[in-house]
Amino acid sequence: MHPALSVILLTTAIGAGQGLFLAMITGQLYAIAHFLPVQEGQFYAFGSLLALAFLLAGLGASFFHLGHPERAWRAIAMWRTSWLSREVIVLPLVMILALAYGSAHAFGWTRPLFQIGESLQVDLSLLLGIAGTIATLALFVCTAMIYAAVRFLQEWHTPLTVSNFLFLGTASGFMLAAAYSAYLGNPLVTFYGTWSVILTLVGFISRFLHLRRNDRLKPKSTLQTAIGIRHTQIVQKAQGATGGSFNTGEFFHGQNPRLVYALRYLYLTLIFPIPVLLIGLSYVITSPRLPILAFGIQFLGLMVERWAFFAEARHPQNLYYQSVA
Amino acid sequence: MTQLALVIDLNVCVGCHACVTSCKEWNTSGWAGPLTDYNPYEGSPRGTFFNRVQTFEVGTFPNTETIHFPKSCLHCEEPPCVPVCPTGASYKRPDNGVVLVDYDKCIGCKYCSWACPYGARELDEQQKVMKKCTLCIDRITDESLPERERKPACVLACPTNARLFGDIHDPDSEVSVAIRERGGYQLMPEWGTKPANHYLPRRKTQLHIRPDELTRVDNPWRKEDITPYTGEESIDDVAWAAI
Repeated sequence: MHPALSVILLTTAIGAGQGLFLAMITGQLYAIAHFLPVQEGQFYAFGSLLALAFLLAGLGASFFHLGHPERAWRAIAMWRTSWLSREVIVLPLVMILALAYGSAHAFGWTRPLFQIGESLQVDLSLLLGIAGTIATLALFVCTAMIYAAVRFLQEWHTPLTVSNFLFLGTASGFMLAAAYSAYLGNPLVTFYGTWSVILTLVGFISRFLHLRRNDRLKPKSTLQTAIGIRHTQIVQKAQGATGGSFNTGEFFHGQNPRLVYALRYLYLTLIFPIPVLLIGLSYVITSPRLPILAFGIQFLGLMVERWAFFAEARHPQNLYYQSVA
Repeated sequence: MTQLALVIDLNVCVGCHACVTSCKEWNTSGWAGPLTDYNPYEGSPRGTFFNRVQTFEVGTFPNTETIHFPKSCLHCEEPPCVPVCPTGASYKRPDNGVVLVDYDKCIGCKYCSWACPYGARELDEQQKVMKKCTLCIDRITDESLPERERKPACVLACPTNARLFGDIHDPDSEVSVAIRERGGYQLMPEWGTKPANHYLPRRKTQLHIRPDELTRVDNPWRKEDITPYTGEESIDDVAWAAI
């Protein structure tokens, strides 16, 4: 498949935004459980605002993918069948919840509404946080299922696509939370750093299994089934177009396959060991800059990873374009 | 329920591209607007087509066969491109089974083209909407046309009658009989998309001649034995040779 920059930016930016939003809510939950010191409202408010900025950036990038962005609102229609439609509904919902959650902290709407059990004081920010968690997880599933639901792209048609989006997105978001805390000089950098390392390692397992699965994948369709001629020797002589077509552009990455393979090592290095080492190092030397660097490198790696995710997928229609394939 | 479809006979397609040009002509000048071309007279022309003819060579020289393979939307009975469309622009007509795109609703997200294993959909680079074969829906449903012209432009244009058009759900239609009796098959059946369009396979044309058919039993020359036969070749030497 041809990797579109707009889609690469969309999926990486909203992944980091969703992860950061989850990180803010997780921080609050830990504080409620007295595992962490309670933070100022401003901490959650600006964190949610930063998450919102990433979500907005992703949404903005997605418009460049569309031929008719002015009609994008129509995409909410087919939520019963289309994961893309579901994403179009859930993404603004997450943005609204992030804004509301941030506002609840910024304006101090934290008067307890009711109490559960002995000590759990439920306020508006907690309710919004729970709703935000559900919506954010739903958005990860929707985004990933856009790809995983296309059964013809066997490289994508696996639950590992969903786990990749979930764990790589949350890892990047918690890394961003660590960077944000480090920037503020907040001691929560250790908490977020540790979680980002855990999520990064889980993400590595998921992506590694995905790569291993795809390397062993046997294409379901062959040139023989594509044109219905049972013969081992079939050579294509004409593709039906002189100067290429939509089919010869949209479904091919147009790069040397060895580059695609080499990029695998690049992104695996950028996403997994380097940020983990940088976070570890930042504990030792208590540097405020290293978590920011770790996030930046991992985000760059995720963009390469998303490029390769598209390039690795081989569409069965390519069988009809043998000289491009 | 009706399911209109094309049945394409690979045995008689000669790869003349008349279906391609007639399709382009009819659909670019119709109500749905142009099928845009870019650089039509330059070295690298690009454009939107609903139908293309590809050519494959099967076998190893000298035992090769050339297959001309016309390729357009197959109007699947389980169209995978329809449920993925977020706007509902992509739909299957319930009355005749034709898969269509509403150009006014399409947002140009290309998701339907990803969900089509056959690569039947093309994004129009100027109008920025997804386009595909409509089976000439504006011809086949136009009751002001005489009955014999209510067929897709490609079918009317084909000089070798390689393209048949009809309802594959009617067991007595020309297309159903052709599929049933001439080994009609579907492309990539492994995906369960149930393409409505079928292809008829190439057939070996063989002539079986028995030795007695080579001998002209009632050869008057032989009967009267008036031939000045001296061992040289004659126009009738097949008959003589068999004696």
